[in-house]
Amino acid sequence: MTTHPSLAIEATGLTKAFGDTQAVDGVDLAVRSGSVYGVLGPNGAGKTTTIRMLATLLRPDAGSARVLGHDIVTEADAVRGLVSLTGQLASVDEDLTGRENLILLGRLLGLKRAQAKARAAELLEAFGLADAAGRLVKNYSGGMRRRLDIAASIVVTPQLMFLDEPTTGLDPRSRNQVWDIIRALVAEGTTILLCTQYLDEADQLADGIAVIDRGKVIAEGTPAQLKASVGSGALHVRLLDPQQRPDAERVLARELGAAHGEPDPAALTAPCVSADRAAEAIGELSRSGVRVAGFSLGQPSLDEVFLALTGRPAEEQDPETATVTHEEQPA
Amino acid sequence: MSTAPTSPARPGPTAQEAALRSALSSTPRPPRASALSAALTFGWRGMLKVKHVPEQLLDVTITPVMFLLMFTYLFGGAISGSTEDYLQYILPGILVMSVLFTTVYSGVALNTDLTKGVVDRFRSLPIWRPAPLLGALLGDSVRYLVGGTVIIVLGLALGFRPGAGLGGVLAALALVLVFAFGLSWVFTTLGLVLRSPSAAMNAGFMGIFPLTFLSNVFVDPRTLPGALEAFVDVNPISHLATASRGLMEGTAASGSIIVALATAAALTAIFAPITTRLYRNKG
Repeated sequence: MTTHPSLAIEATGLTKAFGDTQAVDGVDLAVRSGSVYGVLGPNGAGKTTTIRMLATLLRPDAGSARVLGHDIVTEADAVRGLVSLTGQLASVDEDLTGRENLILLGRLLGLKRAQAKARAAELLEAFGLADAAGRLVKNYSGGMRRRLDIAASIVVTPQLMFLDEPTTGLDPRSRNQVWDIIRALVAEGTTILLCTQYLDEADQLADGIAVIDRGKVIAEGTPAQLKASVGSGALHVRLLDPQQRPDAERVLARELGAAHGEPDPAALTAPCVSADRAAEAIGELSRSGVRVAGFSLGQPSLDEVFLALTGRPAEEQDPETATVTHEEQPA
Repeated sequence: MSTAPTSPARPGPTAQEAALRSALSSTPRPPRASALSAALTFGWRGMLKVKHVPEQLLDVTITPVMFLLMFTYLFGGAISGSTEDYLQYILPGILVMSVLFTTVYSGVALNTDLTKGVVDRFRSLPIWRPAPLLGALLGDSVRYLVGGTVIIVLGLALGFRPGAGLGGVLAALALVLVFAFGLSWVFTTLGLVLRSPSAAMNAGFMGIFPLTFLSNVFVDPRTLPGALEAFVDVNPISHLATASRGLMEGTAASGSIIVALATAAALTAIFAPITTRLYRNKG
């Protein structure tokens, strides 16, 4: 296998089965140094298994990968010296305090006692956890736990960071905080492999995205390419007067090609490829005398991406995490 | 009170953001932690857990105290004619039993750890592979020490008089701790093979319970039926109890001490690598 120095991750044909379940079925990845690469897929698609192989926690059944130039099987120890992992389960010790967690990691990574303490204090301050530093992690909120988890991953700055669903289950505010931290990390030059179920998260953060389904990469590209291949987002319109909905539907269908009502009698939706087209359509509505209460331009959801790419909706295969609802980021 | 009309207030470029930036700016990677330092750090982790969850110490203190009081005052008279005589016989044995029973919890704790995400982080660190396991056992050894000390202090208060004085008692305690360290590796292996903490607990006690009772901890084996006596005589726990008695009484049985140390060494040599391997390959 040839090695490109500009590639932080180079995986070919990674395969892993658990019993009869083919969790990862020949995944190829090429992740540029300094970029954020999103791996997008529903629960059970093989995202976590892929990350665990790349982070040297699992041995692939077949295929190979180099992380920062080191083979993940034969040079696993070298890989471990350069990467850090923020797992799907919070990878911090719940029975210790936040400060103790960070000191523990610092000591294990080779910092002297005083250095480890100073670094812990610095990180707790930076991540807004200084007030909770002496509390046991089991009493932390989900957002605090996540931030501590990421802080623990950068006690010593890694060259590459694996982030497995960093915002699943978080409220919008905590989610924004985590996104800000990830952006700051990238600005400092860390390469990030980000697994997520949310297209908008990948869209917000990632330079490139691989969509993974049933252990296989089914699409790859920039967020823009991916959204374009999916077709479009959607224009959601709310009317002041539900009586005008048939008129609005006619106008939107003429302007955007299709439109349909929603369960809410005052709301309707039309597929829409760009904000410009949406603005024109809204303008056309008001010219026709339809009074608009509000409108928004939504991105295609993971479900719509999957529907477009595979012709079937994303499957939730893990009943435990499938119930986690995705709260929309406030506009 | 009014709130911002658009979005939840996002902190602007504040002191916090500056702190974030400065915390993220690359710090030079320190040299790797030595094997010893990593193991001791994991030992420290074990100590912190005892500090935050002191109830953990209940099982290593209450149970042995109950056993000591129960056996001495309930069965002592019947077995040895007087509770005083029986205390002299059973105290080193209770010390062995209480510390060995505690070793089962090392496997339970490891199994519990595996259900948490933190193990993934430990396994992704560039550290000496057995460090988390060795460190946990070092931490557990402190708990064994606490349990053993409780027994000895209570025994002295009840009238136990070691012929070899404090030095003999400490030597016996040290020997029991070394043996417990070796035996712990068996239970950490079990903890990695079995599915749940309670399975690790049940399997552990299913093994250690009969092995301890089929030894000379409680009764003189000469009173036992022939086949049973033969088993008791080769049981390493009998040798450990005999050695502890010898050290405390000042009649050191060097043969038994050697058997006890050799058993600990053999258990470590076999089960420490198995545990490490299982831990590393745990999916």
